[in-house]
Amino acid sequence: MIPELGNFALIVALLLALIQSILPLIGAHRGNATLMAVARPAAQGQFAFVAIAFGCLAYSFISHDFSVINVAHNSFSQLPKIYCLTATWGSHEGSILLWALILGFWTTAVTVFSRHLPDEMVSRVVGVMGLISVGFLAFMLITSNPFLRQFPIPADGNDLNPLLQDPGMVMHPPMLYMGYVGFSVAFAFAIAALLSGKMDAAWARWSRPWTTVAWMFLSGGITLGSWWAYKELGWGGWWFWDPTENASFMPWLAGTALIHSLAVTEKRGAFKAWTVLMAIAAFSLSLLGTFLVRSGVLSSIHAFATDPARGVFILGFLGVVIGGSLALFAWRAPRMLSGGGFTWFSREALLLANNVILLAALGTVLLGTLYPLLMDTLGLGKISVGPPYFNAVFVPVMAPAFFLMGVGPLLRWKQASLPDLATRLKWALAISLAVGLIVPLTQKGFNVWVSLGLMLSTWIALTVIEGFRERLKHSQGGLFGRLSGLPRSYWGMQIAHFGIALGVAGITVVANYQTERDVKMSPGEHVELAGYSFVFQGVSQVPGPNYVAARGEIEVSRNGSRVALLYPEKRTYNASGMPMTEAAIDPNFLRDIYVSLGEPLDGGAWAVRVYYKPFINWLWLGGALLALGGFLAASDRRYRLSLRKAVASVYAQAGARA
Amino acid sequence: MKSRHKKLLFIVLGLCGVGIAAALILNAFQSNLVFFFTPTQVEKGEAPTGRAFRIGGLVEKGSLRRDADGLTSHFVVTDTVKSMNVAYKGILPDLFKEGKGVVAEGRLGADGRFTATQVLAKHDENYMPPEAASAIEKAQRAKTLVK
Repeated sequence: MIPELGNFALIVALLLALIQSILPLIGAHRGNATLMAVARPAAQGQFAFVAIAFGCLAYSFISHDFSVINVAHNSFSQLPKIYCLTATWGSHEGSILLWALILGFWTTAVTVFSRHLPDEMVSRVVGVMGLISVGFLAFMLITSNPFLRQFPIPADGNDLNPLLQDPGMVMHPPMLYMGYVGFSVAFAFAIAALLSGKMDAAWARWSRPWTTVAWMFLSGGITLGSWWAYKELGWGGWWFWDPTENASFMPWLAGTALIHSLAVTEKRGAFKAWTVLMAIAAFSLSLLGTFLVRSGVLSSIHAFATDPARGVFILGFLGVVIGGSLALFAWRAPRMLSGGGFTWFSREALLLANNVILLAALGTVLLGTLYPLLMDTLGLGKISVGPPYFNAVFVPVMAPAFFLMGVGPLLRWKQASLPDLATRLKWALAISLAVGLIVPLTQKGFNVWVSLGLMLSTWIALTVIEGFRERLKHSQGGLFGRLSGLPRSYWGMQIAHFGIALGVAGITVVANYQTERDVKMSPGEHVELAGYSFVFQGVSQVPGPNYVAARGEIEVSRNGSRVALLYPEKRTYNASGMPMTEAAIDPNFLRDIYVSLGEPLDGGAWAVRVYYKPFINWLWLGGALLALGGFLAASDRRYRLSLRKAVASVYAQAGARA
Repeated sequence: MKSRHKKLLFIVLGLCGVGIAAALILNAFQSNLVFFFTPTQVEKGEAPTGRAFRIGGLVEKGSLRRDADGLTSHFVVTDTVKSMNVAYKGILPDLFKEGKGVVAEGRLGADGRFTATQVLAKHDENYMPPEAASAIEKAQRAKTLVK
């Protein structure tokens, strides 16, 4: 009964989404206030019904209703309750439903926080988001219905993939989707601006906080995903350049370019067409990412062949969204008049360079991700593009961006002076060069990449400090008072930039100085690594809720004193019989000690893998700071207080011009 | 220099930069492509000798054995028609099992033995690495054609 209710709610939601998109768009086109008034209630109703459907699916999972195919494939009677809930979005069908739910949430948020926007704009934005909802709900109902039943009812489920049974996976997909789907707001604002033909910079100001929030979630989601892979895959890697990771990284790169070009459009009225294009790109890549990961095309091209309806629908939908919006762009963009001019050395010019570099980086990732798929689809042979390509290309492409990142925020808009900047930054440059040259010398063997990485990281950090120093130089009062007087958007930018500095330092050090050993250990044996001594105490059998674990005990000590007692596990899940490595980590600010169990060998011995990972936590800390920076920037008071004023003045200007 | 010339200069410099970057990227791309071969193709001598590539198929039942160090393993990968010996030093992935699909990346030695630097088995028990599945499919198809 409950699954049928969910199915029915989905159908109602689809009908409401149709109303939500068609009527307000017509209304906005004709200037019909009655039709435009439909936008808000229709969107909220649509969200409510998708939420009901989601609730029904979650209930089916929690109540172990194995007559629902989706539940039977992805759950198990012994599965802990929290993972029953997260299993709701563990499958293809469930994750598409989560997508639709979050889209409804964002649309509703727009309807609530847009009281100060002109009705016409709101109708168009909500209408465009409605069209996306129509696409997703129809996709679900036609090809990927999560509520399908089966008969006979199996006695038990197949269990959720053990890799997904981890706290990191509870938060990672919803956060990632909040980011992906959040870009739909920026996309809808851009399309609405194109439709309206009013190419003033007002839409940039409206869409800016939304875009920043979406970016914040995406940054957090990617960081969590990387942390999960590190913990859960059992071999200590935190980024594999795997297509599923690239799928989330590409929208992030486009989104990062977007928030920077939005800044120029809002403040200077320049880059208007470019910003619209970036908004289209960020959202299109989010769609591409969702489908790449969720359609099964990555694990096998044949997944498409076995279910052609799905593949055709996805390609069609992508074609309509990307092709349609680009066509609209081509038609309308020539009308956009760009605002203020600028010289080659100005904040605008550097932000332009930032965008070009981010886009080049995006292009390299796109090439490496899609080319193998394309070759395979065309039957031209199977190839793979591994981490060596991405590392070889991505680092040199991004290095100039990191350098310019230090300079950009210190430049004036329109025109800046190079000699002046050189005087302001010579100390930062000197220290960065010194750090980059001296620190690697303390290790054995000078490494150019370490030198470059540390130089750039120090450079970014010092220029952030210089930025604060200059901002505070002319203000009065105590340091704390002066710091808290700075606008939140400024804090947000600087904290995010500082996060990049930490991340670059972390990546540089861990990638070049981590050490690892794979060894065969019998109980009582010990191994040395990076000044730590690891003693293997043996393995005991420990039962878990839905698995049995062989739990090893490893004592880590340094100079005779104990540092940690670690318990890595090798689990075997009851339902699937699938083995899983659960690593044990002793973290601290400067390093992680990471141990995991390989396979059992004869005579009570085990293959054991031990890692020493210096600075790895700087990486997650950097990611967290990105998200924090995004949050601060989006909560700047000028978005809350002066919106009404800004809108009024923009329209007054528009009126005066007309 | 007139401002028009200056602008032109910047555009030309920009285009040069983009061109060089593109050339470097494509070069890196070209040299890091990893091609895939089936054991049948390797037997026919189609695989390169000086370059890393991937092979895939099933781990032959009963073929896995370990050296005394416990870490070096030897096994046979088959596409059900032809098979080849593989050696790997390191911890095998969780889902590595005899009779299951596997993909290995490495180089072919002069003695015809494949030394793997990486062994992949994917995230799901029921899932066969696509390369392995296609290797078996191809070999089977070739066999029926010969008959």
